[in-house]
Amino acid sequence: MAIPPKVAEAIDAVWRIESARLIAGLARMVGDLGVAEDLAQDALVAALEQWPASGVPDNPGAWLMATAKHRAIDQLRRRKMLDRKHEHLGRELASRQVSPESDLAEAIDDHVGDDLLRLIFTTCHPVLTTEARVALTLRLLGGLTTDEIARAFLQPKTAIQQRIVRAKRTLAAARVPFEVPARAELAARLGSVLEVIYLIFNEGYSATAGADWVRPALCEDALRLVRILAELAPDEPEVHGLVALLEIQASRIRARVGPDGEPILLLQQDRGRWDHLLISRGLAALERAEAFGGGYGPYALQAAIAACHARAHTPEETDWTRIVALYDALAQLMPSPVVELNRAVALSMAFGPAAGLEVIDGLQGDPALAGYHLLPSVRGDLLAKLGRLEEARAELKRAAELTQNVRERNLLLKKMEAL
Amino acid sequence: MRFMTIVKSRETGAQPSPALIEKIMKLGEEASKKGVMVEMGGLGPTALGARARLANGKITITDGPFTEAKEVLGGFAIYDVPSKKDALEWTRRFLEAHIGLWDQELEVEVRQMMDGNPSEGC
Repeated sequence: MAIPPKVAEAIDAVWRIESARLIAGLARMVGDLGVAEDLAQDALVAALEQWPASGVPDNPGAWLMATAKHRAIDQLRRRKMLDRKHEHLGRELASRQVSPESDLAEAIDDHVGDDLLRLIFTTCHPVLTTEARVALTLRLLGGLTTDEIARAFLQPKTAIQQRIVRAKRTLAAARVPFEVPARAELAARLGSVLEVIYLIFNEGYSATAGADWVRPALCEDALRLVRILAELAPDEPEVHGLVALLEIQASRIRARVGPDGEPILLLQQDRGRWDHLLISRGLAALERAEAFGGGYGPYALQAAIAACHARAHTPEETDWTRIVALYDALAQLMPSPVVELNRAVALSMAFGPAAGLEVIDGLQGDPALAGYHLLPSVRGDLLAKLGRLEEARAELKRAAELTQNVRERNLLLKKMEAL
Repeated sequence: MRFMTIVKSRETGAQPSPALIEKIMKLGEEASKKGVMVEMGGLGPTALGARARLANGKITITDGPFTEAKEVLGGFAIYDVPSKKDALEWTRRFLEAHIGLWDQELEVEVRQMMDGNPSEGC
């Protein structure tokens, strides 16, 4: 039977809205992410069969959940796994089937927040590789199809498919419990969740490969994920810090790319094109993070730096001294050569190019920055400002050779030629 | 991509019941929890508003109420969703919340906001 396009679209939307909590709720019941996803998929197939004739039910989420639970019980019975525990589970599931439209929805609602939190901690579990965490989180929390993930990361669909299958197997083999980690582990595990969301955002914000400099769809996915997380874990200041950072960075997306797809760097951007709705959301999130009073975490610090730029109506109004101070704090909290590099830029803006160059020259030969195009790129800029044009050209050329991004390479070469 | 949904109805002075308000707030909360709600709000009566109009190079300002208008704007929401389909599903839920609690006709316009992001072809 052909599905009328309107119903097909509605089902598509319902799936994206409901799938995460469906899978999360089922995973709590059956204890296995792979099985939970299969059950949810079965329910989706049932919807595709029935809704074109019956119409979309009033509470489509509850319908999908009730259907998936039926299948779960059937499966349990069929597999004759009715030991006492499963019998109890079966009874509990069966007793909740009475009124799928109302009571069940309420019953599920009680657990939704916890279930989704369990889900995100599981898809970002440290037994998985970073790539697997990213793919699984986008798939199960973000409701993206394998196809969409493959396109976003410019990888073949089969590779993503395998990655997801393997990830689910790894979780099952390691018997990773479907739970929110205990207090002692929480900070580290939350760090992994935040890192995954940040990685997704960054791949969209400054694509490491390919012909496009930004891929806004990935940024939007990351934004949605971090906003969800802020609702699920409102008491974690760093979650609000990451919300603030991503909202403010996303506010610049449309100003970061010129008409021909070329990158436009922060100080050259038309600030009128910044998205002020996102800026105000970002600043509000930063205030929320600050309100905990425990000082800035690494994400909140980066957000505070981004906020300095967001508050300045012109590049000249930028409070570079405050930015230097914030980078000093970030370097203490999270010492890294990349932070040093950024600190050097801030120093040069606050106190002149020589101050920045001094820090940069200390970074030369740092193995962590070998092959990192931004080091010669920044050094080239500072040398140019100091009038050392020959050296500047050499550095910009080196930077152009190192970057993987076509747009960025063109920008660097153009800069070099302009000197 | 962002969509603005704009609610239009006749202005009869009828006030939403607490039950309806609660349902709408709950839906808004749900959309926030799913990371898609950017902003929502209801608008006051047109008696408190005004219209500014440019015609033939002349600007005129008229205070409310807009008695001659068949339909007026009553509220809006801004959703940040992956596709128009999602915006329509949230709108369907919004209208559904009114069934049995609101007996007048309602219309919601669903409009994509032109963010100017490169992915959106504008």
